[in-house]
Amino acid sequence: MSTLHTVNKSPFEKNSMSSCLSHSVADSAILMIEDGVYGAIKNTSIAGDIDSAVKEKSIYVLGPDLKARGLNEDQLIDGISVVDYAGFVELVCANDKVQNWL
Amino acid sequence: MKLAIQINEGPYQHEASDSAYLFTKAALQAGHEISRVFFYHDGVNNGTNLTTPPQDDRNIVKRWSELATENELDLVICVAAAQRRGIVDQGEMERNGKSAQNVADGFRISGLGQLVEAAIEADRLVVFGD
Repeated sequence: MSTLHTVNKSPFEKNSMSSCLSHSVADSAILMIEDGVYGAIKNTSIAGDIDSAVKEKSIYVLGPDLKARGLNEDQLIDGISVVDYAGFVELVCANDKVQNWL
Repeated sequence: MKLAIQINEGPYQHEASDSAYLFTKAALQAGHEISRVFFYHDGVNNGTNLTTPPQDDRNIVKRWSELATENELDLVICVAAAQRRGIVDQGEMERNGKSAQNVADGFRISGLGQLVEAAIEADRLVVFGD
């Protein structure tokens, strides 16, 4: 039983990213979308938490939302994968449940 | 796979309506069925035909209407959320003595039961919003 979690708010604006990280179990998939993509950037105050999460969960970031904010793949924490909307759809289908943290 | 979508945020607010639209389009392109798109809370504002965005901006309402026509989507607006926000169809206009109706093409007003049904019948429910 696997779950895909999506987070759409910056971790510096709301605590939904932290809630997601603490509630999701190992082997979950977490996709950062919209302002949530800021959580994928290296050297921020939350990067340590994301770094730990990468070791036991699959972390993804939505490429178009990254690009819309002038961010690029070189700035991402190691181990985070970039997906497009087709990849988003695939993640929804590949996991048994979807939990959207709003 | 059968997918249902829920949108809780109005157009031109943050990004939820855009994300939901692009996700829905990608799912249809991949051959999945979108069994229902349910507009809830401020999301009901996606279904008013009175919006006139600047010509060089995306027309979010029209975009949903067109996607619905092309793919026979069921776009459902929550009635209680719609009444609060002035989204009115012919029936609601007559029932509540309003002077106009403004539900955009392809949308219909119905109850929360439609969301429950969509969540039960679809393989996945994906929620976009604030």
